[in-house]
Amino acid sequence: MDDLLKLLQLNARETPANLARMLNSSETEVASRIAAYEQNGVIRGYQALINKDQLDLDLVHAVIEIKITPEREGGFNRLAERLSKFSEVESLYLMSGTYDLLAFVAERNLKEVALFVSEKLATCEGIVSTATHFMLKTYKEHGVLMEEREQDERLQVTP
Amino acid sequence: MSDSKSLRNYVAPHLRDIPRSGIRDFFEIVSGRKGIISLGIGEPDFMTPWHIREAAIYSLDRGATTYTSNRGLLSLRKAIARYIEEEFQVAYRPDDEILITVGVSEALDLAIRALVSPGDEVMYHEPCYVSYNPVIRFAHAVPVAVTTRPENGFALTREMLEAQVTPRTRVLILNFPTNPTGAILTQAQREDIARFAVAHDLVVITDEIYSELTYDGAERGTIAACPGMRDRTILLHGFSKGWAMTGFRMGYACAPAELSEAMMKIHQYTMLCAPTLSQEAALEALKTRDDTTHMRQAYEKRRNFIWSSLEEMGLACQRPQGAFYAFPKIDRCGLSSKEFALKLLDEEQVACVPGSAFGECGEGFLRCSYATEMDAIKEAMTRLARMVKRLSTP
Repeated sequence: MDDLLKLLQLNARETPANLARMLNSSETEVASRIAAYEQNGVIRGYQALINKDQLDLDLVHAVIEIKITPEREGGFNRLAERLSKFSEVESLYLMSGTYDLLAFVAERNLKEVALFVSEKLATCEGIVSTATHFMLKTYKEHGVLMEEREQDERLQVTP
Repeated sequence: MSDSKSLRNYVAPHLRDIPRSGIRDFFEIVSGRKGIISLGIGEPDFMTPWHIREAAIYSLDRGATTYTSNRGLLSLRKAIARYIEEEFQVAYRPDDEILITVGVSEALDLAIRALVSPGDEVMYHEPCYVSYNPVIRFAHAVPVAVTTRPENGFALTREMLEAQVTPRTRVLILNFPTNPTGAILTQAQREDIARFAVAHDLVVITDEIYSELTYDGAERGTIAACPGMRDRTILLHGFSKGWAMTGFRMGYACAPAELSEAMMKIHQYTMLCAPTLSQEAALEALKTRDDTTHMRQAYEKRRNFIWSSLEEMGLACQRPQGAFYAFPKIDRCGLSSKEFALKLLDEEQVACVPGSAFGECGEGFLRCSYATEMDAIKEAMTRLARMVKRLSTP
């Protein structure tokens, strides 16, 4: 990944002027490279990284392992694309190992997760079995620690 | 012996005459103030990489709490020999040419004491790290500072050295990349200095503590690898800066056997050995180059940012090629280094170290450390620019 993308991944709100300073480049050059990444789809969007545990959200997060039967023509793709369309599914990955798809799901409560799994997932043709795990606490997301930030313990002036 | 005035007379005269470090003075002014952004810190803001800390914990777990051999763990000396040969193309025998020390600070003291007699002259380049001058004086030798200037990138040239060498000169200390200027040497400059050292039969002590941190793809090199230099060089290095391990106090000296043995004599009676726990951590640190690479990449972006910002606000600054310091010239604002630093602290709550703390020729400059997270650097540069603007509009 190039340095511009790395910096944006750390802080998508960084101004083109500051990015130019860090990369030894010009503001217009940086702005046009970002525009090109947005255009060709390398950059799919910008989101805030929210510590949901700190909010009173009444949301339940679950991780669901899904085994499916691959299809002759479409392999795993047709079913995976279909599951992606559910708004409850936040992320979906094809995995190696004892199951095929891993879905991250958010719902208002435990019962709604159960309903989603039993009524929508399990009834999909091609799905062989599911195993649902509930997330209890987030410690780190996208490389960012969700705990309180550590204090700088260094002396304020040293040689 | 009861009042302090008379007690002062009991302090050895050569110590009495050494002033307190300018950094310590400034530290006392800064400490206790709240809400300060500090660009005054000479140590990495990164935490020691977890796998290194974990190795230290594991070594405690299995009870590695005894002395090691005076020279340090053989496994660590072997790992250092490999690292130095791969990075600098100069080979040292782990058995009798590598000595593990308590930071480079101890290694520097050992090297000076092993080499000089009272009255010998030791050359070093200024502006420089605050220890060189006092350590030379502790050994009753005479410090000879050679002034480096921004016009030629704070580099050291043979002409500058020739102008100050005398028959009493025994040792030359080099520190590139340099704290506080961020200067490095080219291979040609190193070779030129090597020819000078050979011509005047000097031993060179090269402090390579910042050598992992060079930018713009600069090639790595040491004077120890120049023709005729291996047997007249003491190479000092350690883990504080490149691996963010300052508190572990891990340094080492690579030197031809006879010089190493001389340093070892002092070390074994004054230190016995470096802390075992830290040696175990250092051994782990050398297992990968990824840590130093990641940190260097982060520092390079900050270097770019801080240098561009200083230029934009009209403070001339030699583009730092290594270490993590920018050293802009601030004298056009009509204040001394110290006045400028105090004003910056009072009016904008930003701490930078006055250049004068790094030698007389540092007057007129300010050391800004970029071993601080980017957001703090951004804010500090905004505040500094505000003050510079105020000072330049009457």
